[in-house]
Amino acid sequence: MKGVDIFKNLLKRFGSVLGLIILCISFSILSPYFLTARNWSMIFQQVSVLAIIALGELIVILTAGIDLSVGSLLALSMVVMAKAEVEYGVNPFLALLIGILVGLGFGLSNGLLYTKLHLPHPFISTLGMMMIAGGLALVLTKGYPIPGLSPTVRFLGTGQLGPIPMPLVCIIVCYLAFHIFLTQTVLGRKIYAIGGNREAAKLSGINVSRVLILVYCIAGFTFALGGIILAGRVNSAFPLAGKGYELDAIAAVIIGGASFFGGKGSVGGTLIGVLIIGVLRNGLNLLNVSPFAQMSIMGAVIIIAVYVDVLRRRAS
Amino acid sequence: MDLVEMQGISKFFPGVVALNKVNFDLRKSELHALIGENGAGKSTLVKILAGVYKKDKGKIIIEGKEREFAGPQNAYEIGISVVPQELELEPYMNIAENVFLGRDFSRKLLLKDWSRMLAETKSLLKKVGLAVDPAILCEELSVAQQKMVSIAKALSYNPRILVLDEPTAALAQKEIKRFFSILKELKKSGTSIIYISHRIEEIKEIADRATVLRDGKKITTVDVSKTNIQEIVRLMVGRELKDVFPKRERVSAPKEILRVSNLLGDKFKNISFSLQEGEILGVAGLIGAGRSETAKGLFGDIKTKGGEIWLKGKRIRIRSPRDAISHKIGYVPEDREMEGIVPTTNLKENISLAFLDDLSKFGFINKKKENEIVKKVIKLLRIKAPSPEVNITTLSGGNRQKAILARWIAKDCEILILDEPTIGIDVGAKAEIYKIMNELVEKGVGITMISSELPEILGMSDRILTMHEGEITQEIERKDASEERIIEGMVGIK
Repeated sequence: MKGVDIFKNLLKRFGSVLGLIILCISFSILSPYFLTARNWSMIFQQVSVLAIIALGELIVILTAGIDLSVGSLLALSMVVMAKAEVEYGVNPFLALLIGILVGLGFGLSNGLLYTKLHLPHPFISTLGMMMIAGGLALVLTKGYPIPGLSPTVRFLGTGQLGPIPMPLVCIIVCYLAFHIFLTQTVLGRKIYAIGGNREAAKLSGINVSRVLILVYCIAGFTFALGGIILAGRVNSAFPLAGKGYELDAIAAVIIGGASFFGGKGSVGGTLIGVLIIGVLRNGLNLLNVSPFAQMSIMGAVIIIAVYVDVLRRRAS
Repeated sequence: MDLVEMQGISKFFPGVVALNKVNFDLRKSELHALIGENGAGKSTLVKILAGVYKKDKGKIIIEGKEREFAGPQNAYEIGISVVPQELELEPYMNIAENVFLGRDFSRKLLLKDWSRMLAETKSLLKKVGLAVDPAILCEELSVAQQKMVSIAKALSYNPRILVLDEPTAALAQKEIKRFFSILKELKKSGTSIIYISHRIEEIKEIADRATVLRDGKKITTVDVSKTNIQEIVRLMVGRELKDVFPKRERVSAPKEILRVSNLLGDKFKNISFSLQEGEILGVAGLIGAGRSETAKGLFGDIKTKGGEIWLKGKRIRIRSPRDAISHKIGYVPEDREMEGIVPTTNLKENISLAFLDDLSKFGFINKKKENEIVKKVIKLLRIKAPSPEVNITTLSGGNRQKAILARWIAKDCEILILDEPTIGIDVGAKAEIYKIMNELVEKGVGITMISSELPEILGMSDRILTMHEGEITQEIERKDASEERIIEGMVGIK
């Protein structure tokens, strides 16, 4: 077998995992700091928010939908939570709950707008919601950040469980939970079926609207959780915190092998997608590549990753 | 001399023979109807004539000269103009712009020559009997008016041959009358027309000759004045498929399992019938008779506006497929790919789709039970697959169809609605499906089978309903059933 063929074969088998390994090897050669434990702990902390919200985006994309309100819901949940605690003196646990409820509530609206108003595509309902929630976050804060959160609220972002930082614990718990949810439960199976063929799912007795509404709620929950972790890490809630996260989340899911047309994608793949983005950012930072150039590189990576996936599908 | 002579035309698509040595000829000033069921090859034949498809075999002779078409433009030059079935006007352009879309004539010093365009459009519209301002936007027109604009557009090329694909599908009765008088005018002025339609009554009214296609083959060309509607339908749907129907004894002591009275919907009305345990009720009708819509209405997939459904003597309400399934009614749709299978997943998950909730243990799928049930039905229905884990799209059409049937059998459905259960599958798989249906009715399942294949209806049904324009026209017991009676019902004779 020729070298090219071996490479193609590997690509076919492992796809994005192989991409991640190649990235890691290249960076460890180029920078002595890359493979240190400290650096990896940093990578995981940096990707923690993206990792959590990508799960929400994943289940939406599995149903052949899309959620553009990621960043805005993240920001709004964090801002409402911080405002409740810092300005109104609400009990920190209650503040956390309020933050989560904001995410859930707006996720529910996304789902209701799409299924009950029969808007043609979730692109539209979530685009609207992105602007509504984004604007609300700015209105509530008048554009200023809210600092000074209590340690309880910050725990998910900065705490430690033994030697493991809490964001990493969140990632592990959420990824395990979502993996089990999507592969072992009835609802998970229905989500895949709706994405694969909505009409067939409906004719098989699946209450498509109800499942979709739940999907957007769960997505909203992950966005709020992402917001809470971020607020903890930076000890502040700011209305523009979510900027750019929607595209990163979609990119991670797609790099991770999910199909835009629904029905295909996995939690494991999404983790790889998230790590590819995280490792790439980290490595480029270590190599002192300017953030402006990083953006272009990231764009190229998305295109290459999806193209490789296209090749894989065509080959099989 | 014939205007067009197509000799021995064959066209192959991957895995399908769309046309098999078809002969077709068109005379000057003639309206020649092209009829056949879906997939018979009508559109393919016309597209070859219009230069959209390249023929794989055969000759096209136009006025005695053999011609090869390189593309649609070429066909226009010879004088063929096609009005497709779907509307393809640009909604945000005005009528004149649509009619002359993409033609150089409309330019004068880079500006459109508006006055000339409008004037010419006006005279074209007059030809098709449309009295509207050519400067209004197409989106403001009714569907029927848009159809007329499409025809005006086709006429603007001064065609010698006009091809109309299901032109009356969107027209109301009154509009059709006027449309026919326009066609007669065109014929008089020397235009030849190829007319594709499912509506046999129309063909009888306006066609001079009709060519019947079936499964890519030409069955015959008839002189319409020397034949009747029944004969044309028989030619369209008749099939030589005698030995595949297994013998079956009717279950004794009929017991009503389902009764429908006066079901009303957009595309059907006054639907009343009953279904017995262990009975196959065949539903015959031409395309557009409202059979699938009725089935979907009954199954809760289409909203109904009235009527009652009784299950074993108890009135039930069905508002969604989910309701229907909870009453142990299953539905196998006609369009297997679009509405039946979930192409992204495997055979097993395709089968278990309808009974996921029954597998739930605190929300989790009981995978052991799932595997057991799936294995059992795969064996029962003799689905040929290397394993339950293979992707459904790797299986043949027949096995995909069995997988959808398996869904309902695993769900223990007592009533099955099968819409064209053997469409697009090979003869061997058809026989298998028939056998499965017989095994089901022996167990007491009641089956309503919609079919466009007369032999299938005759071979499988205990009782036959015929539908025409959304209504049931005849109810025929098996012993009284004949092709002639069913065809009468299909064309609206009560």
